[in-house]
Amino acid sequence: MELDPDDVFRDDEDDPENEALRERASSKELVVYLVDASPKMFSTKCPSEDRKDESHFQIATSCILESLKTQIINRSYDEVAVCFFNTREKKNLQDLNSVFVFNVADREFLDRPTAKFIKEFSHLEEFFMKDIGSQYGIVSGSRENSLYNALWVAQALLRKGSAKTADKRMLIFTDEDDPFGNIKGGAKADMTRTTLQRAKDAQDLGISIELLPLSQLDREFNSSLFYADLIGLQGENLAQLMPAAGERMEDMKYQLRKRMFKKRIVRKLTFSVANGVSIEVHTYPFIRPTVLGSITWLDSVTNQPIKIERSFICADTGALMQEPPKRFQTYKNQDVKFSVEELSEIKRVSTGQLRLLGFKPLNCLKDYHNLRPSTFIFPSDEEVIGSTRIFIALHRSMIRLKRFAVAFYGTSSHSQLVALVAQEEIIDSGGQVEPPGMHMIYLPYSDDIRHAEELHSTTNASVPRANEDQIKKAAALIKRIDLKDFSVYQFANPALQRHYAVLQALALEEDDLPDIKDETVPDEEGLARPGVVNAIEEFKQSVFGDKYEESDNAGHKKVSEASKKRKALADSAVQKSVQYNWAELADSGKLKDLTVVELKIYLTAHDLPVSGKKEDLIKRILTHMGK
Amino acid sequence: MARNKEALVLLLDVGPSMHHLLPEVEKICSMIVQKKLVYSKYDEVGVVLFGTEETENELTMEVGGYEHVVVLQNIKVVDGDLVETLKQIPRGTVPGDFLDAIVVGMDMLIKKYSSTNKGKKRLCLMTNGLSPIKDPYEGSKEDQVNAIAEQMTSHGMKLECVVVRESVVCGENVSVMEENDRILNLFPQKSCAKTIFVESSTSLLGALKTRNISPVTIFRGDLEISPKLKIKVWVYKKTSEEKFPTLKKYSDKAPSTDKFASHEVKVDYEYKSVEDANKVVPPEQRIKGYRYGPQVVPISADEWDAVKFKPEKSVKLLGFTDSSNIMRHHYMKDVNIFIADPGDQNAIVAVSALARAMKEMHKVAILRCVWRQGQGNVVVGVLTPNVSDNDHVPDSFYFNILPFAEDVREFQFPSFSNLPASLLPDEEQQEAADNFVKMLDLTPSDRKEMLQPDFTPNPVLERFYNYLELKSKHPDAAVPPLDKTLKRITEPDPELLAQKKSAIDSLLRHFEVKEKPKLKKSTRRMREKPSGSDDEDNYRRISSKTEVELIENGGKVEKIGDSTPVQDFEAMMSRRDNPEWVNRAITEMKNKIHDLIEDSYEGDNYAKALDLLVALRKGCILEQEPKQFNDFLHQLCKFCLQNDLRSFCDFLATKGITLISKTEAADSDVTEEEARSFLVKSEPKPE
Repeated sequence: MELDPDDVFRDDEDDPENEALRERASSKELVVYLVDASPKMFSTKCPSEDRKDESHFQIATSCILESLKTQIINRSYDEVAVCFFNTREKKNLQDLNSVFVFNVADREFLDRPTAKFIKEFSHLEEFFMKDIGSQYGIVSGSRENSLYNALWVAQALLRKGSAKTADKRMLIFTDEDDPFGNIKGGAKADMTRTTLQRAKDAQDLGISIELLPLSQLDREFNSSLFYADLIGLQGENLAQLMPAAGERMEDMKYQLRKRMFKKRIVRKLTFSVANGVSIEVHTYPFIRPTVLGSITWLDSVTNQPIKIERSFICADTGALMQEPPKRFQTYKNQDVKFSVEELSEIKRVSTGQLRLLGFKPLNCLKDYHNLRPSTFIFPSDEEVIGSTRIFIALHRSMIRLKRFAVAFYGTSSHSQLVALVAQEEIIDSGGQVEPPGMHMIYLPYSDDIRHAEELHSTTNASVPRANEDQIKKAAALIKRIDLKDFSVYQFANPALQRHYAVLQALALEEDDLPDIKDETVPDEEGLARPGVVNAIEEFKQSVFGDKYEESDNAGHKKVSEASKKRKALADSAVQKSVQYNWAELADSGKLKDLTVVELKIYLTAHDLPVSGKKEDLIKRILTHMGK
Repeated sequence: MARNKEALVLLLDVGPSMHHLLPEVEKICSMIVQKKLVYSKYDEVGVVLFGTEETENELTMEVGGYEHVVVLQNIKVVDGDLVETLKQIPRGTVPGDFLDAIVVGMDMLIKKYSSTNKGKKRLCLMTNGLSPIKDPYEGSKEDQVNAIAEQMTSHGMKLECVVVRESVVCGENVSVMEENDRILNLFPQKSCAKTIFVESSTSLLGALKTRNISPVTIFRGDLEISPKLKIKVWVYKKTSEEKFPTLKKYSDKAPSTDKFASHEVKVDYEYKSVEDANKVVPPEQRIKGYRYGPQVVPISADEWDAVKFKPEKSVKLLGFTDSSNIMRHHYMKDVNIFIADPGDQNAIVAVSALARAMKEMHKVAILRCVWRQGQGNVVVGVLTPNVSDNDHVPDSFYFNILPFAEDVREFQFPSFSNLPASLLPDEEQQEAADNFVKMLDLTPSDRKEMLQPDFTPNPVLERFYNYLELKSKHPDAAVPPLDKTLKRITEPDPELLAQKKSAIDSLLRHFEVKEKPKLKKSTRRMREKPSGSDDEDNYRRISSKTEVELIENGGKVEKIGDSTPVQDFEAMMSRRDNPEWVNRAITEMKNKIHDLIEDSYEGDNYAKALDLLVALRKGCILEQEPKQFNDFLHQLCKFCLQNDLRSFCDFLATKGITLISKTEAADSDVTEEEARSFLVKSEPKPE
């Protein structure tokens, strides 16, 4: 146990500064895109969405481009290389023919994507023919094998990083299902064999090879001719390849910009069940609000990063001091001092573990018993054997008996009562939707619960309640406006998506902002359907009678009354304000001789905030005058 | 009285049947005053006792009656004396009449604030409601309650009744109790009153709001079901974490003669170029940069304002959905409550109709909310019905924020059913677990729900305010252990464990748990000592085990054990891998010595404590930490004198232990003479 004096004060979970570090340290992905650049890729045209014909080559590169733009936000520590084969020029470390690794300055071949890289890549079409060129690399009569070369180059690039910490992949985009089709006889067999061997070597090194085949309009890509052997597919998987590849391309293009987090354990906890029996559980941050990436402050003149220096100054003497070791609270007219140790001692009311206190029926967990996002708990036998078994037994009992556990979760900085709610595994066609385990829900204390609803309780008469008919009408309305398959995962955060879009536009110097659709706006069209409108009208009639418009207006009137009052105040302030020569008062430094009420006249007349101390008011007036 | 000020009169039942509860009553009442001293120190509080032998109130003098009611404290601004008063509430001798007490309390409030009634006036009654109420001179008890309630309403007073019911009442008391309960429940129907029944002393501590926070709406406007149907609502916070108070940093730079020193510390921030540490960048010259890959893209505030997401202020319905579509663990934050505009009767009915229909149909509503104009984001959340069973409280909705797609991390976990059989429970084990979950029940049928969040106080805050009070009197006091009542929150209830012993034993019999040996202890796992917890022994065991391991691993001592404390201390002092070790060793040694003396019986530990003290003294001289030792010795002697352990001081004097003087360590500010005379001087002055 290494002693870390700062640790006591750190809120252990979700430390944003460490997040980036952890991300980098955890496993990353290394990808090499291998794009066939043979003349055939350019000649085939496919009709695309906006009816402009696109060549296979364009499809492949736009797909990679979109994927790069997402990747730089989602997993910017992942590394990529883009490599064309069947090219006229060559550029690669091995100096092999027909292979061209695309890159920009200040970047290794396989490296993190940069704005410059993405930008250059988006202009690829303008210079591709001139600088790289397209040319068949496998011709009869020559021993050249561009596919073999491409695999070799890719494999060499992926030599970087250990297989343990990195996930290595190459993705091949091609529309040639029979690369050695025009070679005859022994040469063909020979080239096929060496190419397959090369692929196998790569796979043995832990590199996975994926194929994204592009079909001709009239003829489907026949992977059984050659590629099935290369990527090692058989039977059913082979049949799945084509449709899966189509989906894959769509995915790459329309992926959500979302920072990815590697699964990480927040904490290893001891969960004490009863009488000294403790099991081991791990906690995971399953749902956490995503924030805009961390901000780096820059000097706006040089655009260089700046650092923040904090200094402590004694308010009495003005002396510079070290971070003071004591804190104080004014209490009963005296300064009660606490040392940092004493404060952490107060906060430490329990060992850093989870302690089971008992069980309650699920309906005791009210909707308002919530404070923070929940944390997921999963058992582990890593250090305590037998943990998983007890956990699963309790998990099953809790689900069957519809109960949740109440436990006390104490850490050095935060102690809280928690509810442990068992969650059964939910699987749909897409895979695991909800993993099995328990969710730890942070319960409020009585100090945290407010009773706003009681504020407006009436003293004598009962408050109005809806009658049967009104409830029936409400039910009809609810049935009409039903979201059948609502899932909490369905909305992207429009503010965040907008931020990413702006960031991308600025970084890539794009002229216009990409359009971000706000998915959270209500379905106006749906609400205008006659059925819905009728249900609404009936509900309105039942609750409001004919008075709906009136009550609507009443509200407006109230607002206007308040604003009228405010306006009258401002008007009178303007009138009064004329009586002062503000500029002169300011110049002669006599503002401080006025009363706060007088100062506020100026502020109100100019629609400025009137809050704060006298000094603040004067400062605000001077700022407003531009002095 | 100012608008935000509150006048509170505590009406406390001190009759014989309440005696065993009074320690808890004292705690909660003094806590209320302590918090007022911090957060609203101009509030006023009065205290009325009933069930006392004596009678002392103005009404009895004016009109007669109202016997056995004593005004312990007239309404006054809160101060330290009041805390003291409430910590020692005199015990009464007769069963008290709570109606009399309520009238006396009301009378005090009316007399004090007859004309100025701007502030809040609150009566707070604490009783077990087991003593009979006298029959009124005229009319029935109900009439009397009605009259009181009317008075209360007309003077804008609120009444809170906390009724403690610990165990099942039997015999003749039952009829008294039932009648009292009926009367106490009449108040909420007739006036602004609230009656809370609690069962345990822990819930008693949490039953009253100890801090008043004036509620503010976060939104007032339309809940838009469709463009054609808008309901006026107000949105408040339902839960909001009460944080540990932020204390100010203390500066000791001001001379002690300066009585008006604020002792505050200002924190100043300076921005400097990373490349050139001498170049200061003015704050307005800063610009925010966001990461884009390895690069940082600067975006100025203006630029950002021009393009950022700017939704209109609105609260709109997206639709209704089955409540099963929303999982409980999707709730993201603290909770809001939607209440219909209290001035709009139609809105109240509309909310009521929707809430009741949603409850019947098991539906929830999904909303999109922008609380304020100019807010840069939207929230999507779920509205759940809160149907009120109190005729005076309108129906409302709870609102919980849901995650966006970006907020959900798609971690995969193995299915339990796919795990190897060795990790899965067999049938018998499952049965034992079922039984365990059933038996360890916090909602027994004959009692109220235990540890209900609504009645559970925050143990850390309770502990802080108690310590604050203690420190205001004894600045050097150490942090006291966690209160017994509060331990019911942090640890399982021993009573419950004892009752359900068979279910627990059966669970333990069926499952085997074994710690894997030789695994390096994870540093993230905390094995800290919970202060003052039952765990300490357990903890010591663990730590002494780690200690053995550590010594085996190369003799790095990290803890002072019980067997060879002096050696451990010396080893820790000589560690050079982190300067913190010295401080840690000294602190641990001090604790050890303190514990020894405190635990000693007729001085049996004195010799051992002396050994440690000698070692500590030596260590402090070596490490140039004389002040640490000197302060500790002062403290120790003071502690001994206060706790009837004078014999230890004498013992030290005979063994010639002195303060560390200047001659021994240059940093000391104690002269040799002072050092020698210290223990002699510490003898109490004759009084």
